[in-house]
Amino acid sequence: MMFKEEVYYMRDISEVLKKYSKKEELMPALHEIQKEFGYLSEDNLIALSRKIDVPLTQISGVATFYNWFKLKPIGKYHVSICRGTACHVNNSEQLQKFLEKKLKINAGELTEDKLFSLECVNCIGACAKAPAMMINETVYGELTEEKIDRIIEDLKGRK
Amino acid sequence: MKFITQIADMRTGRSELDNDRITVGVGTCGLSAGAGKTLKLLKDANLGIFIDEVGCVGMCYAEPVVMVKQDGQLSIYTKVTEDKAEKLIDAIRNKYVCTEMFAGHALEELDYYKKQKRLLMQNSGIINPLNLNQYIASSGYSGLLNALKMTPSEVIEEVKASGLRGRGGAGFSTGVKWSLIAPKQGRKYLICNGDEGDPGAFMNRVTMESDPFRLIEGMTIAGYAIGSHDGIIYTRAEYPLAIETLEKAIKIAEEHNLLGKNILGIDGFDFDITIVKGSGAFVCGEETALMNSVMGHRGNPTFKPPYPADKGINGCPTNINNVSTLSLVTNIMSMSAKEFALIGSEKSKGTAMLCLTGKIRRTGVVEIPMGTPLKEVIFDIGGGVIEGTFKAVQAGGPAGGCISAKEIDIPVDYDSFNSVGAIIGSGGLVAINDHACIVDFAKFFMSFTKSESCGKCTPCREGTTRLYEILDRITKGMGTRKDMELLKLLSGYVNENSLCGLGQMAPNPVMSTIRKFPEEYLAHIDRKECPTGSCKNLLKYNITDKCVGCGNCVKHCPVHAITGRLKEIHVINHDLCVRCGACYETCAFEAIERK
Repeated sequence: MMFKEEVYYMRDISEVLKKYSKKEELMPALHEIQKEFGYLSEDNLIALSRKIDVPLTQISGVATFYNWFKLKPIGKYHVSICRGTACHVNNSEQLQKFLEKKLKINAGELTEDKLFSLECVNCIGACAKAPAMMINETVYGELTEEKIDRIIEDLKGRK
Repeated sequence: MKFITQIADMRTGRSELDNDRITVGVGTCGLSAGAGKTLKLLKDANLGIFIDEVGCVGMCYAEPVVMVKQDGQLSIYTKVTEDKAEKLIDAIRNKYVCTEMFAGHALEELDYYKKQKRLLMQNSGIINPLNLNQYIASSGYSGLLNALKMTPSEVIEEVKASGLRGRGGAGFSTGVKWSLIAPKQGRKYLICNGDEGDPGAFMNRVTMESDPFRLIEGMTIAGYAIGSHDGIIYTRAEYPLAIETLEKAIKIAEEHNLLGKNILGIDGFDFDITIVKGSGAFVCGEETALMNSVMGHRGNPTFKPPYPADKGINGCPTNINNVSTLSLVTNIMSMSAKEFALIGSEKSKGTAMLCLTGKIRRTGVVEIPMGTPLKEVIFDIGGGVIEGTFKAVQAGGPAGGCISAKEIDIPVDYDSFNSVGAIIGSGGLVAINDHACIVDFAKFFMSFTKSESCGKCTPCREGTTRLYEILDRITKGMGTRKDMELLKLLSGYVNENSLCGLGQMAPNPVMSTIRKFPEEYLAHIDRKECPTGSCKNLLKYNITDKCVGCGNCVKHCPVHAITGRLKEIHVINHDLCVRCGACYETCAFEAIERK
């Protein structure tokens, strides 16, 4: 899910689409588009639909079905706070509220500077380290409000 | 017999394992606890001992785990975080035991491992997951060699004789499942279900990250037994490390002719494995939904029959097994079915891999012989609950049921769990203490299944939403006695009429909590009280005589429910109070009590 911000809007999708031509390759193609561009934009989905000859309605059906696919742009740091069972009994709801307050956005939104986006996910499989969150592909466990504060401040400093 | 010497040549990895070596657990749990930094510090210290990266040893609570083998003596160190690494480095340099982080000289010495039996986990956290030599040195690929000495149908008989039952949830006999697809002609698919969407379960991730060759070997044996050349591992996109490890391991296996065409030089023995990424849909753990997802469609379940063994991926017969099931096949073929069947209880053979999480002292992955009392798992291995006393444990994720403190003596096996209205399922055990509200707990599961319902069939789509709404009403103090009846009635409907396992099992948490904790439901309904104080809407705030009349709470109350003169005891108007807790949090004199 890491993508290079500087080439964010300039990138041409044709490079990615070169590899794909078959109908069955819809899912891997969606995964790769998301990896390269951070999210699945309508334009990119239309381009994919033409390339692999799958109707846009069908692609849209698939893209909206799976939680992993993002249809809106995400921040440079995409924060996924885990709301699984083990995290829930360890107060992840409180941490979600804290993150919303800290980043000044609600879950599912993007900060104005496009640095952070926040999402609630159902389980990231780091239950033994609950409460946990994932930022891009890094897992942070045994979270407290202070720890989250430190992590976010650290990322802000890095820009 | 060329292939046997090839494997024998690779047993040289043993020396790597026997020699002095320092290992750092860098699985997902380890990394999240800072194992990456510890590893770097150890490497930079130039200690003159080989430093190896290993997977997860199972002690997630004690990560980062560092094992030091020096002059033939093994020492296990736990919680070796960045700031403590310097002390450990000094201890290794000057050859003494650093008591601060020292846990024991062998895993078996630790309370956490005394009652465990490691089959699936035997290499986890011990070998480098991507070092094929080390894997083979730890009796890896002996299972495949044994299988190749038999005919495919003999392998199936062997798996049947072992009594292995599917570890994914339903507990169906693996050997029987294989014998249904084996006689089918034409192209066949073998799918490994690694879509571990159950919150509270992550053992498949640990296997894939820490011992990927065990899974690859198990799949190769299964491919040989059922006559399939196409293996697919379907796993979650949320597990980037597991996917990366598997991809590398598959490549290594291909390079050594352990996957691909004419495996080990045997003509016609072809087997390939491809990885398909799931995309965050819980329902895709269901067989038919999974197959739709593999084919690039929405992960909607379809009606059975046709069963996957008749018509699966692209219309071809398809066999689906769980990660643990396929990995255990490796153990069975390596140790013989007879020996495997000696482990476990009468009807549930072998070991169970469980994830201990929630309010438990020692969280992590444990592997125990089937039939071990649940009490021993929670208290002897897990060390009991933190804060308060043990209340219940949710077994089998959102589709499972809860097991209360009264039932904790039951053994861990399929049938005993079923008898108390729970399932082993994927093996997640989430413990809660007496501070957790059981109605809120059930509500949490319904909010999960409601959002994960694919929406295809009405009983599940509408039923789970209504169940959630009723529970929500109860936690807000608006429930009536009728709601209890309604919950039971609706749960029955959803269970009977849903299309797939997700819907059928969705009401389980509601049913089991109502049955086991009726008094807690009734307290919410009759007295509008939450016995544990978790339901915010049912709390009552009162100002005690500790109040100095500073007026701070008056300023913070959003609905102006607090009145009183300066320097006099204030009062809360309960008709206006919205129970937000703002006064409670701002009072510097602890004068506000919350009940």
